[in-house]
Amino acid sequence: MNPVNYLYLAALLFTIGASGVLIRRNAIVLFMCVELMLNASNLALVTFSRMHGNLDGQILAFFTMVVAAAEVVVGLAIIVSIFRTRHSASVDDSNLMKL
Amino acid sequence: MNSLIPLLVAAPLAGAALLLLGGRALDRFGHWIATALAALSCAFGLVLFFDMLGRDTEHRAVTERLFSWIPVGGFRADVSFQLDQLSIVFVLLITGVGTLIHLYSVGYMAHDERRRRFFAYLNLFLAAMLILVLADNYLLLYVGWEGVGLASYLLIGFWQHKPSAATAAKKAFIVNRVGDMGLSIAIMLMFAEFGSFAFRPVFSAAGDASEGKLTAIALMLLLAACGKSAQVPLQSWLGDAMEGPTPVSALIHAATMVTAGVYLITRSASIFNLAPDAQTAVVVVGAVTLLFGAIVGCAKDDIKKALAGSTMSQIGYMIMAAGLGPIGYAFAIMHLVTHGFFKAGLFLGAGSVMHGMNDEVNMRHYGGLRKYMPWTFATFMAGYLAIIGFPFLSGFFSKDKIIEAALAKGGTEGWILGTCALVGAAVTAFYMTRVVLLTFFGEKRWQPDAEGHRPHPHESPRTMVIPMVVLTFGSLFAGGLFSLGDSFLHFLEPVTGHEEGHAPLSAFAVSAIATVCMAAGVGLAWLKYGRKPVPVQAPRGSLLTRAARRDLLQDDFNHAVLVRPGSALAATLVFFDSKGLDGFVNGLAAAIGGLSGRLRRIQTGYVRTYALSMFGGTLVLVASTLLMRSV
Amino acid sequence: MTSTGEAVQFWVLAVIAVGGALGMLLMRKAVHSALCLAATMLSLAVCYLAQGAVFLGVVQIVVYTGAIMMLFLFVVMLVGVSSADSLKEQLKGQRIAAVLCGVGFGVLLIAGLANARLSHFTGLSEANAEGNVQGLAKLIFTKYVWAFEVTGALLITAAIGAMVLTHRERVHERLTQRQLAAQRVKDNIQVPPMPAPGVYARHNAVDIPALLPDGTVAEDSVMGTLRERGQIRDVSQEMLRRMAELEESTADWLGRPSSARPQVAAPRQALETVPTKEEAE
Repeated sequence: MNPVNYLYLAALLFTIGASGVLIRRNAIVLFMCVELMLNASNLALVTFSRMHGNLDGQILAFFTMVVAAAEVVVGLAIIVSIFRTRHSASVDDSNLMKL
Repeated sequence: MNSLIPLLVAAPLAGAALLLLGGRALDRFGHWIATALAALSCAFGLVLFFDMLGRDTEHRAVTERLFSWIPVGGFRADVSFQLDQLSIVFVLLITGVGTLIHLYSVGYMAHDERRRRFFAYLNLFLAAMLILVLADNYLLLYVGWEGVGLASYLLIGFWQHKPSAATAAKKAFIVNRVGDMGLSIAIMLMFAEFGSFAFRPVFSAAGDASEGKLTAIALMLLLAACGKSAQVPLQSWLGDAMEGPTPVSALIHAATMVTAGVYLITRSASIFNLAPDAQTAVVVVGAVTLLFGAIVGCAKDDIKKALAGSTMSQIGYMIMAAGLGPIGYAFAIMHLVTHGFFKAGLFLGAGSVMHGMNDEVNMRHYGGLRKYMPWTFATFMAGYLAIIGFPFLSGFFSKDKIIEAALAKGGTEGWILGTCALVGAAVTAFYMTRVVLLTFFGEKRWQPDAEGHRPHPHESPRTMVIPMVVLTFGSLFAGGLFSLGDSFLHFLEPVTGHEEGHAPLSAFAVSAIATVCMAAGVGLAWLKYGRKPVPVQAPRGSLLTRAARRDLLQDDFNHAVLVRPGSALAATLVFFDSKGLDGFVNGLAAAIGGLSGRLRRIQTGYVRTYALSMFGGTLVLVASTLLMRSV
Repeated sequence: MTSTGEAVQFWVLAVIAVGGALGMLLMRKAVHSALCLAATMLSLAVCYLAQGAVFLGVVQIVVYTGAIMMLFLFVVMLVGVSSADSLKEQLKGQRIAAVLCGVGFGVLLIAGLANARLSHFTGLSEANAEGNVQGLAKLIFTKYVWAFEVTGALLITAAIGAMVLTHRERVHERLTQRQLAAQRVKDNIQVPPMPAPGVYARHNAVDIPALLPDGTVAEDSVMGTLRERGQIRDVSQEMLRRMAELEESTADWLGRPSSARPQVAAPRQALETVPTKEEAE
């Protein structure tokens, strides 16, 4: 098997995640989709690391994980506070920016 | 003594301010304050006059600088008064006749509820007119010039509830603006040429300027004079100005303000003398107006409009004389003063008649009034005899001098001008005789007024009679007094200069011919209006008569030549503005607005829509990157 | 080329990962989505391990699947475990456009990868000679130390941010139980304790409301949070019907006249308004 298949897998997962962001309305699921996209890119990074024979790709994936963790913490806090005030986790209900 | 000069102006100005700001508290006696202040101003004028007479000829002109008005760099405009022989003549005429007319108005306006305002305006007029004649520079003169224009506007439209009066006031103001434009352009030209607009530097530098520039300045000054003095082609407002109260017609539109043009030309003699082409224009304007006014005066049945035509004609004489140069200036001023007396007297008489006849103005509804208004009749007759140039009365002296000067111009030009002046004298005699015959002689043709009251003619109150009597003395004797040893001429000579003309006819011959012309005019009028009864309804009349009734079609001319194309131009511009410019601008705005309205829909406010557009953008970026790599 | 073992492992894991991802995308309930995602992440972790990224594989399991997914589940519970997305799309054209974009993007990515010359794989045996963790540590604390420190600062900031966002300042003094009791007596709305859930309901779960003697639902018996979310579970109609039958047979046995029999509230309005589980589906 050619390890390129890992990259195809990553591309597929990334696409599914991106579509999920566009399709789902629940903010929590939206976040999960973002996480899936990040994971897909991590997989690609790990595969590239293997391809080039150095560890820089893995380092980058590691940092991605850390940043994703930070993002999830803040994002979920925002979702909780929105839910508290609006009693809804649907992103379509937060449309006050509309004219 | 010179400090009296500002007070001369300040007295009526204070009166105007007091009466306008004082409110109703002054309603009961405000008119006496105004009259007293006018009289005070007149007294100051007399004091200054006698003071001036006490000095040598060289030291008679004095200047009183009040304050610096606009000092900006090299530009300097001072409020500074100059009192010389020419100014003092005007000052005495304005304040003297002005005071008499104030007094007359006390009786005439007794029943008008806005009397206080009327007197305030009269005082304002006096102040503005005094500024005009006392200014020592053109800019201050312009202030007075505009001031009298304003006062004239306010007083013509004094009975603004009458639409005709409001329209007449507007017309006078607008036509005057055309002339004012000329004056302001003349002042600008002067400043550009001489760097100043004070009389002294301008006149002393005039000799160095090119004739073309002087002609331009002089023509602009002539335009100004035409506007203010109701000369052709800006004459159309004076007839309508008779909508104002009669004292106003007497003071402003006969005796003083309308003569401002003559003053302007005489004052600017140094410029005109060096611009012979402009002088020719002045003479032509004067001669044309002289005949024009006289013809209009013959056809009018409205007593005030007939007198207005007469005023126009008489000022035409003055302008013509002023255009003749140094041989005519003094006579122009002399005729101006005598005309001021007798025309004011005539207007006051007309006002008195109207007062007694329920404000009827149509002469065909008068007749036989001499028995009912003896004082009015007597004073009116004096004015009448003076204006037609009855031997040894005021008009006789002043008008004959002008005819003489016109003939002295020399050559064909002189003969033409002299003939015009003589014809004018005959026509003057005709229309004035017509006025007198229609008003005071013949059978009664009185008609009830709109409410059905039959008129009960009666003599006017004493406040009205006294001014008429005083003016009568002026009408009778002023001319003779001025001519006694050419005293008036010698008095004015230092200012206007004088040149003895050499008429092809002797003075006696001129007088004789003028008297014959006058007699012919009187006789013709008697044949037409004295011998047989006058119809109450005006007959249709000849073509000329009908044209003259319409002021020789001047309004029609203005309408056709100025108003109609102006409206058409405005309509075209409005069309272009609303369809073209507005269409473009509004179309652009609408296009942007519509586009924005559509673009706004993109901004749904839903985060997923934004995410979709981001994702679409990424798609495009990736696609283009791949494309670029594959190419 | 890789070993056959890895190939087998890849195909198994790839199917699980894609299936998990699709499940996350298509499941209506957030909690199911979260579980599907956890499956995907675990299979990805094994992929990391298989590719020689031992440290990342472990971190993926511990941090991602262990911590982050638990956080997700925690929030899902907080927001409402059974709250489900309506599948009806509200934005016009959004779903079609999203699918089109997704397919287009996927095709582009895969086409790009297929076109790229990625035949040569070096492998990590050399880089991992001293051990994967040691190799990563060497890089992190030398070449990437600055990024590492900044990331630390980012984490601290995120933690503080989360606290700030969810913290609610207490405006009033907290009322004691005694004060609350006094207030209740003063207001005279519900002086005795609230009814306990499950009474007469043949079920004692917190989301099953108590039944009043006439068989209607006492909504007060369910806690406020659940009531607000609309998560009151219904007593099934069947049970009520049986109770009515019991009453009937008792009356028959006692031989009571029909007028003396207790009236069971026939159409139970309150019950019909509460959505049953079947209806919600």
